[in-house]
Amino acid sequence: MATYSTNEFRSGMKVMLDGDPCNILENEFVKPGKGQAFNRVKMRNLMNGRVWERTFKSGESIEAADVIDLDMEYLYSDGEFWHFMKTDDSYEQVAAGSAAIAECQNWLKEQDVYQVTLWNDDPIAVTAPNFVELEVTETDPGLKGDTANGGTKPATLSTGATIKGVPLFINIGDVLKVDTRTGEYVSRAKT
Amino acid sequence: MTDWRPLATVAQLQYRAQLLGLVRGFFAERQIVEVQTPVLTQHSVTEADVQSIRVEDYGYLQTSPEYQLKRLLAAGMPSCYQLGPAFRHGEQGRLHNPEFTMLEWYRLDFDHLQLMFEVADLVDKVLGPQPYQRLTYAELVGPVDRRPRDELDLAFADACASLSPGRFFITDYPADQASLARLNSDGTSAARFELVVDGVEIANGYWELTDVDEQRRRFDRDNATRQARGLPRMALDEAFLQALAAGLPNCAGVALGFDRLAMLAMGANDLNQTLAFRGT
Repeated sequence: MATYSTNEFRSGMKVMLDGDPCNILENEFVKPGKGQAFNRVKMRNLMNGRVWERTFKSGESIEAADVIDLDMEYLYSDGEFWHFMKTDDSYEQVAAGSAAIAECQNWLKEQDVYQVTLWNDDPIAVTAPNFVELEVTETDPGLKGDTANGGTKPATLSTGATIKGVPLFINIGDVLKVDTRTGEYVSRAKT
Repeated sequence: MTDWRPLATVAQLQYRAQLLGLVRGFFAERQIVEVQTPVLTQHSVTEADVQSIRVEDYGYLQTSPEYQLKRLLAAGMPSCYQLGPAFRHGEQGRLHNPEFTMLEWYRLDFDHLQLMFEVADLVDKVLGPQPYQRLTYAELVGPVDRRPRDELDLAFADACASLSPGRFFITDYPADQASLARLNSDGTSAARFELVVDGVEIANGYWELTDVDEQRRRFDRDNATRQARGLPRMALDEAFLQALAAGLPNCAGVALGFDRLAMLAMGANDLNQTLAFRGT
């Protein structure tokens, strides 16, 4: 089993902590001049997204986590699993459970490419690209001529997600560019 | 993606050069002699928490010029200082680098309390004057009894980092952290101080132990601790012990991290802003 010693810690490194894979965010070397050395480490638990801070004695080792991020195309959902396919022409597929896709469920569109985090080859998280383009399925009728000023309204997208801050001129059937990090309207997609 | 350029800007490095001149001027004014002792030495420190960098066929890169400066003092050298590189294995981070610049000086007929005033004078000269507060080790980290050493070290590091901005002298270290300091007359605390500036440990000073038998006992204790932790034993520097036996005059000494002082003078929070390069 691969392990990392504290002096190898780097941000972005994937390690096991309390049975869960974690991503090291920050690593600070701490040592009083005449005292023992420590590493104070901030890491994100990849299973639940929580950020932990831990202090290790320098020289301690922790187990490496077999975690990789892959770009994969979303194919379909069978209601229980969400199926993704590798983009390397291998046609290999993985099935992600509802916990893994929870963060990006609002932005999942078939044939779009997502980042799938695999732990021991199991998908544990799916991350949407920063921007996605989705079709409006429901919104109040558009107001002609209102292209600049004026108010906004909510709109429901093809994924079922509702976003706010949509300009009044948007109609059902329009395709919108959405920032997945904030869940906000960016623009009307160029078609 | 090798980047050939220096870490600090040219202006920062010029400022660093100015500070080096300022420090040397401070000692020249006080008739404290600048000395140079070898960086590459056959022996190094025994302390279990200070790891030396080994150099095949030769010995070690020194972690501090302490033993050698004390040999000079025992031979009749008046108050003196060394400003130059020192090395610590495995210390790397925002405030650490395996190679760093250490300013270490010794004052004949001073005790550690008198030396604290001189440290404050120097720091005032480099950073500008400011008041200094004094805290005992126990005031900083809480009661010491029966707490394991690693827990205390971590508590100390955390407490230093969370001190409010300003300058603090920490005194009255536990006797088992005396290192090369003599004990206070109470017998339970060491005549040792550290200076913490804006949360950063800057200097560590002692009223120097001159008792060769006690020194040898401490070295042996260090080696026992090393053995217990699976670290290599260090051969004792007999030349240093002989110098103590011949007679180290009453003196106080302090080691100050010049890079950290320069970093604070620049208002920076990473040594990178004071270093031309990190060599490793």
